[in-house]
Amino acid sequence: MKCDELLALLNGYVDGDMAPGLCEELEKHLAGCNPCQVVVDNIRKTITLYKEGKPCELPLDFRERLHVALHERWKQTQMNGR
Amino acid sequence: MQATIINNALNAPQRDEDLLRRAKAGDLGAFETLTTRYERQVYSLALRILRQEQDAEDVTQQTFLSALENLAGFREEAGFSTWLFRIATYAALKVIRKRKGLDTVSLEAATEPQDSYDTIPHPEFIADWRQSPELLAQQHETRQLIDEALAQLNEKYRLVFLLRDVEGMSVKETAEALGISDTNVKVRLLRARLQLREQLTRAFGDERRRLAPHRHDEV
Repeated sequence: MKCDELLALLNGYVDGDMAPGLCEELEKHLAGCNPCQVVVDNIRKTITLYKEGKPCELPLDFRERLHVALHERWKQTQMNGR
Repeated sequence: MQATIINNALNAPQRDEDLLRRAKAGDLGAFETLTTRYERQVYSLALRILRQEQDAEDVTQQTFLSALENLAGFREEAGFSTWLFRIATYAALKVIRKRKGLDTVSLEAATEPQDSYDTIPHPEFIADWRQSPELLAQQHETRQLIDEALAQLNEKYRLVFLLRDVEGMSVKETAEALGISDTNVKVRLLRARLQLREQLTRAFGDERRRLAPHRHDEV
C-alpha cells in the first residue's frame, strides 16, 4: 500500500466508513506502524477539540441588541395573531 | 431534605424540548432562555465561517429572528440546536456567495478544478498529544490556537471541515450546501484534517516522543 493510498483511506477509517476488506488491510498496517497509529489518533483528537471547544463570548453591546431585536419581533408576531 | 430535592428540581436546567413547547405557546421568556443557551455557539460558528465580526453578528441575529418566526412550523425531528446551527450555516454561506458576487448555489466558479488525492501533503510532525482534547478545551490559550489554525486553512477546506466535522453534516448535505461534488467534499476534508492535525500537533504534541514519518512505498 503506497503512502498516498494510505492517506486517502485515513478519512474513511476515522469516520468508520470503509469496506470491511479494506478496513482489515488498513488495520493490519496500523498494527505494525506506530507513526500511522499516532496520526489517526491525532486526527481524532483534532476533530474532538473543534467539536468540544468552548464557544467565544458575544460582544456585550451586540448581545443587548440581539435580545432587543427579538423582543421587537416577538411583539410584532404576537400582534399579527400567530 | 424535601426542600433540597424540590429546590434542585426547580434549579435543574430545563430541557430544550420543554422550553420549545413553552415558546410555541407564547412564552417569550422560554425563547429567551433558549437564545441565551445557544447564542455563543451560533455566533462562534458564524465567526468561523465568515471571519468577520459584523457579518457574524448579522448572521447570528438573522438566525434567532428566523427561528422565532418559524417556531410554529418547526417539526422537532432534529434537535432545536441542530436546526439553529443549520439556519446559521446557510445564512453564513449566503453571505460568502454575496461577497463573491455569485448567485448560483456553488460557492466557486464552475471553472475551479476538481480536487484530487494526488499531492496530499504527508504528516511531518508526529507525536502523541501531551493532554487530552477535553483538558485542552478548558484552557484559555487553546481557543486562540485552534482558531488560528482554522484561519490558516484555505477557505475551501475550512468550510468543508466546519460543515462535516464540526456541524456533523453528511457528505451529501455538505456537497449540496457548497455546490460541489461529493468527491471534492471528501478530498477537501482530508486536506483540512491533515493540515489542522499538523499544526495542532506542533502545538500540543510531546516533543520528546516525536516519531519519524514512516515510508509506505511497500506494505
